Amino acid sequence: MRVVIWGCRGSVATPGPETVRCGGNTSCVEVSLEDGSVFVLDAGTGIRELGAQLAERGTRRVHLLLTHLHLDHLEGLRFFAPLFDPDVEIDLWGPRSPVLALKERIRRSFSPPLFPIDLQDTPAKVTFYDVPSTPWRIGDAQLTASLVVHPGPTVGFRIDADGASVAYLPDHEPALAGRFEERTRDWISGGSIAEDVDLLLHDAQYFEEEYDERLGWGHSSVASAVAYAEAVGAKRLVLFHHDPTHSDETMQRLEAEARSLADDGEDPPTIAREGMVLDLTPR
Amino acid sequence: MPTDRPKHLVHILARQFASNLATPTLIVDAEGQLIFFNEAAEEILGRSFAEHGEMSIDEFSASVAPRLENDDPLPQSRRPTKIALEERRASHEDMTITAFDGEERKVGVTAFPLFAQQDEFVGIVVIWWRE
Repeated sequence: MRVVIWGCRGSVATPGPETVRCGGNTSCVEVSLEDGSVFVLDAGTGIRELGAQLAERGTRRVHLLLTHLHLDHLEGLRFFAPLFDPDVEIDLWGPRSPVLALKERIRRSFSPPLFPIDLQDTPAKVTFYDVPSTPWRIGDAQLTASLVVHPGPTVGFRIDADGASVAYLPDHEPALAGRFEERTRDWISGGSIAEDVDLLLHDAQYFEEEYDERLGWGHSSVASAVAYAEAVGAKRLVLFHHDPTHSDETMQRLEAEARSLADDGEDPPTIAREGMVLDLTPR
Repeated sequence: MPTDRPKHLVHILARQFASNLATPTLIVDAEGQLIFFNEAAEEILGRSFAEHGEMSIDEFSASVAPRLENDDPLPQSRRPTKIALEERRASHEDMTITAFDGEERKVGVTAFPLFAQQDEFVGIVVIWWRE
């Protein structure tokens, strides 16, 4: 299993000289499997460059998994090259909503007047699926989705394949549901998907002092992310969803703080960086 | 692999909500398993949730022996938890129970169903009103 980070910035894209190392594109992660399957996690602005690469590679089928529909996780979809290729099939998965179907919710930002092209007029064959409440299989992969603490219907994903596992919780504030450190894993938000996972990509948007002023906004402090990874038994933590005000220099401090808080282990927490490649070998 | 029986997010948030209430509150999942009650409910029951643990709501109800004012057993058909679980509608009844500390206590019991995304039934909340 190969995990590539195409965007790890939170809230809004932040290009510029101060974000060159971590990158300014919003959430998008590619997970490629040995059988050639391609899973794309979220459609932030990072998906534009990924889409160009997938077109170059001649990829004909893409499984796109959306954690939620906040714009920083969706805004790149309109510029995703495979959508404009009639030979491509895209299976698009997202959280259920009691109000509108997934396709209709996405169309709100993918149709005039917000965009000149209507989603339903794109040439690719796109099929929309509400994520199931129980694990499901796509090829060799087992996928699991679970609702997690974040404003609006939001899920985290787990992919088990090739003898390895990755969990993706880019927008998550588990501390809002109580002191998860004192709870069994079945009572922790997202615990079923992050439990004992090889690689956990988790929200760590704030320093503690920032979090105190943003309680309930749906994101975690770095201390909370480290504590969460330990509570669920994740083997490696990659800090994700960087605050748009955090420069590369600030992100280095955030990583140092995470490492000072984490138990000594083989794999200390690291900050996500655009272009980062994580090869997960079978356990 | 993921936990066999993870709690639904609604349960996790309901527990946090209940933990911050002075109103006795119990949470039951869609399969009828009592999965949590708060400290205020512990005062009525005479036992903490940590001591009690999870159990089926039927077993729980039997153990507190709900009764009418004339001391007759409260019929199953009038039990708010049963109505909320099986008929998925809100229900209320006044009753007397025998707590785990042996004390008899009069309580009003309100139970209502919880529905998550796309009307997925995920359980019930039970609130006890002390007289």
